[in-house]
Amino acid sequence: MNRTKGDEEEYWNSSKFKAFTFDDEDDELSQLKESKRAVNSLRDFVDDDDEDDLERVSWTGEPVGSISWSIKETAGNSGSSHEREQLKNRNSFSTYAQLPKPASTYSLSSFFRGRWYPSQSLACSFAALSDTPAKSYAPELGRPKGEYRVCSLERFRSLQDKIQLLEEAVSMHDGNVITAVLIFLKRTLSKEILFRELEVRQVALRHLIHFLKEIEHLNIQDPEKRKEFLKTCIGLPFSAEDSAHIQDHYTLLERQIIIEANDRHLELAGQTEVFRKHPRKASILNMPLVTTLFYSCFYHYTEAEGTFSSPVNLKKTFKIPDKQYVLTALAARAKLRAWHDVDALFTTKNWLGYTKKRAPIGFHRVVEILHKNSAPVQVLQEYVNLVEDVDTKLNLATKFKCHDVVIDTCRDLKDRQQLLAYRSKVDKGSAEEEKIDALLNSSQIRWKN
Amino acid sequence: MAAHLSYGRVNLNVLREAVRRELREFLDKCAGSKAIVWDEYLTGPFGLIAQYSLLKEHEVEKMFTLKGSRLPAADVKNIIFFVRPRLELMDIIAENVLSEDRRGPARDFHILFVPRRSLLCEQRLKDLGVLGSFIHREEYSLDLIPFDGDLLSMESEGAFKECYLESDQTSLYHAAKGLMTLQALYGTIPQIFGKGECARQVANMMIRMKREFTGSQNSIFPVFDNLLLLDRNVDLLSPLATQLTYEGLIDEIYGIQNSYVKLPPEKFAPKKQGDGGKDLPTEAKKLQLNSAEELYAEIRDKNFNAVGSVLSKKAKVISAAFEERHNAKTVGEIKQFVSQLPHMQAARGSLANHTSIAELIKDVTTSEDFFDKLTVEQEFMSGIDTDKVNSYIEDCIAQKHPLIKVLRLVCLQSVCNSGLKQKVLDYYKREILQTYGYEHILTLHNLEKAGLLKPQTGGRNNYPTIRKTLRLWMDDVNEQNPTDISYVYSGYAPLSVRLAQLLSRPGWRSIEEVLRILPGPHFEERQPLPTGLQKKRQPGENRVTLIFFLGGVTFAEIAALRFLSQLEDGGSRASRVGRCRPRPPSTCCSFCESCWPSCSSATRCSSGRCCWPVGPPTSWC
Repeated sequence: MNRTKGDEEEYWNSSKFKAFTFDDEDDELSQLKESKRAVNSLRDFVDDDDEDDLERVSWTGEPVGSISWSIKETAGNSGSSHEREQLKNRNSFSTYAQLPKPASTYSLSSFFRGRWYPSQSLACSFAALSDTPAKSYAPELGRPKGEYRVCSLERFRSLQDKIQLLEEAVSMHDGNVITAVLIFLKRTLSKEILFRELEVRQVALRHLIHFLKEIEHLNIQDPEKRKEFLKTCIGLPFSAEDSAHIQDHYTLLERQIIIEANDRHLELAGQTEVFRKHPRKASILNMPLVTTLFYSCFYHYTEAEGTFSSPVNLKKTFKIPDKQYVLTALAARAKLRAWHDVDALFTTKNWLGYTKKRAPIGFHRVVEILHKNSAPVQVLQEYVNLVEDVDTKLNLATKFKCHDVVIDTCRDLKDRQQLLAYRSKVDKGSAEEEKIDALLNSSQIRWKN
Repeated sequence: MAAHLSYGRVNLNVLREAVRRELREFLDKCAGSKAIVWDEYLTGPFGLIAQYSLLKEHEVEKMFTLKGSRLPAADVKNIIFFVRPRLELMDIIAENVLSEDRRGPARDFHILFVPRRSLLCEQRLKDLGVLGSFIHREEYSLDLIPFDGDLLSMESEGAFKECYLESDQTSLYHAAKGLMTLQALYGTIPQIFGKGECARQVANMMIRMKREFTGSQNSIFPVFDNLLLLDRNVDLLSPLATQLTYEGLIDEIYGIQNSYVKLPPEKFAPKKQGDGGKDLPTEAKKLQLNSAEELYAEIRDKNFNAVGSVLSKKAKVISAAFEERHNAKTVGEIKQFVSQLPHMQAARGSLANHTSIAELIKDVTTSEDFFDKLTVEQEFMSGIDTDKVNSYIEDCIAQKHPLIKVLRLVCLQSVCNSGLKQKVLDYYKREILQTYGYEHILTLHNLEKAGLLKPQTGGRNNYPTIRKTLRLWMDDVNEQNPTDISYVYSGYAPLSVRLAQLLSRPGWRSIEEVLRILPGPHFEERQPLPTGLQKKRQPGENRVTLIFFLGGVTFAEIAALRFLSQLEDGGSRASRVGRCRPRPPSTCCSFCESCWPSCSSATRCSSGRCCWPVGPPTSWC
């Protein structure tokens, strides 16, 4: 899409592109309120017990009479036998039959998350391999089943037979059959031959991989072993990009092991203030990089670059972008209410020695984060003032009650109306109100409205 | 009978009855009183076809959940295990059987495998020394479950992942079997259309199964005119975008499973006066959602922005109806009023529930973040700035929003740009790995393997061509009174449904070029019918098309299909479009490797479930 700037403006301003707006916000809300009201008013009229009668579901939604409801029911749970009593009484409710809803629609039962297919379970119905394969295909619903032929695969002796068997299985697309054949081949063929054949049969190969995954779980808990395992991975032929990530993964874990040992020691010794005041909630092992950076900004902020646990060292080692670093450091220092550090984070000196405030993430974000960490108004105010865009500044100042900023901004904008409107939002008799009044009465200002 | 299943063009009760009959036959094989021990997962799907009363008629006296150690006491002749063929369940069963009290009365054990019997499971039982204890070991192939008058589902949520990540096409085999069953009940479907690799394979299997089935000729008059098989990977965009229909949003926010949703209980607290807040339920409120509920049938497919006004109108109607009582003077009038009460109360209950749900959803949709996310999605789908790093996504990562949200957006951008520029892709990857953990390198790999995330190859972005030709982005959307399917995503017309629409009119020949850009082959197969079964079409008669989504479908797509179907019903007489009954196999994707990532092939990557909202499959009738 090649839009010129002008096109874009028009595009954005045109009514078409309205993302997901509720056209008429108030109306929509009031509609919901209205139906809510109506529903509520009806409640007074009808007895609530009856409602359950009609729904015939228990609180959790198990319809009375459904399978999952009945599991509890027949297991003799006292709560549900009570429900059964109720049900009995209700069945005498003669008008029920006239309801438009058929009884069986109330019958569906609970659900559980899980997987529903047998492939992993290595199920295998061998009908497909038997002499009368049509059996398993025939749409013989309702006909008695059970004519399975469990056939032995041992009669496939030559390599050629075995490979043909495998190919036939693959062409059936039935994972159960494929897996069963693979297990047979794995048992009866040498590794070299099997892998050679599988190399050119990708579908079968992936089934085997999947099968092996299922039976051999790898979940290395011990950090040292995990580190060693990662080390062996570094040499494997991954793409350059991936290799770099794996190397980083390894380096990070290596650092974490050192930091963890060190900090656990410090914490136990109880000599370090930050650990005493803010005991660690969890070990840093296996945490993501950004979390580790946060941790190090929290506990090791002032350390020299030479130590493994210093934030600057982490930033350099993992080439953490400026934005990411500033965000994380800000969050950590704000959490500790170290406003001084926050200040330093955004202060830059030029060659003449003048200081300037700069934030790679934009000061509006800084304000949001500070607010989240309940920074006092004086601190917030300072950063709200640094927001460049006037509208954003005014919004943030209003949202976070930085009265001085709002008042000053209105004055600078010569917006008398807005100032007047804001007067109602400050406390009666407060210093802010006085300030506003003084401005409103001032003859020095040429208001634009 | 489940009446809502017979509302559609095709009476799905026939299918439901068939599977119920099979269940009864199995139960009757085990003569005498019985107890069923359930693999808990199965109670959901089974609940859709049978209720306890059916089991009770066949002497099922007790039901338990499958658990380790000893079975609860039950004075029955038979113990039947209803289980999926999974090895870990076999271990539990063996434990149950072995800890059976030998001094008690002898009981018969049976196993019903759903959906397939498994040699390996039986081998496991044998190894554990209990195989001989079972008298009947059978399978119950619950392939297609009727959900609604126009919807069937396989409820196999792993299908997409299995097909595209694990190259395990077992779910396709089940799909083909399910379609054969359907044809056995509803007649041979004369024409099969398809798009995508999996679609091709399912069609091949169906043809092969038909050839190999030497039984008698199917003599049922065909109910379906066409079958359309659609691969999920032909349209990866629709499941990534946020659904904006009422039902779609319920699914996005709370997740709909086996047609049930679990909701926070506060809004549904019992409203008796004087209860004064005690006994507030802490358990989730569970509701079933289907067209049997009149109000839900009316609003489920509407854009959420149009739901409020319907609810408000309903409220007025119901209030007025209750007011009628003041006008009832004679005994006859009062009697009539009373006879209508149950219906009115049901309507009131339904209105109360949906008003509460709408309020819950509104809290989400009016939030600033939802709006921002939607804006970004819509920019991508309409082709704006898809080739740069997006600052909103960057912010989401910096603020550590849920990973699944970030991945959905990144994948959406990738799909809308026919792959991301290498630099952009690398940047996102790095940010994600640093923030969420390096182990997610596997998650990203999986996404790439499935084609959801990829680098742009050949430096060419095909998406604009696809978008324009198929009119995927519509600037004028009427959410209240829609004129086009794009209302379901407030602007984006789901590609999958567009393909179905164009197939019915004017036919795919008009979009050959785009079909070639989309992945996988497109094809048409005919299944010849004996002359006696060929339909003589009355002019103006609509065709019935069965649409089968291989790999899941979203509720918004289902809504779009229903919309098309209504359009045709009420539209010109010359219309060719039919209705479809689709049923998509379940849904997509779990790609988040929650566990420890592996670097070698023999290690484990267990996949954490991070499904995105792809709902049940659908049918379009």
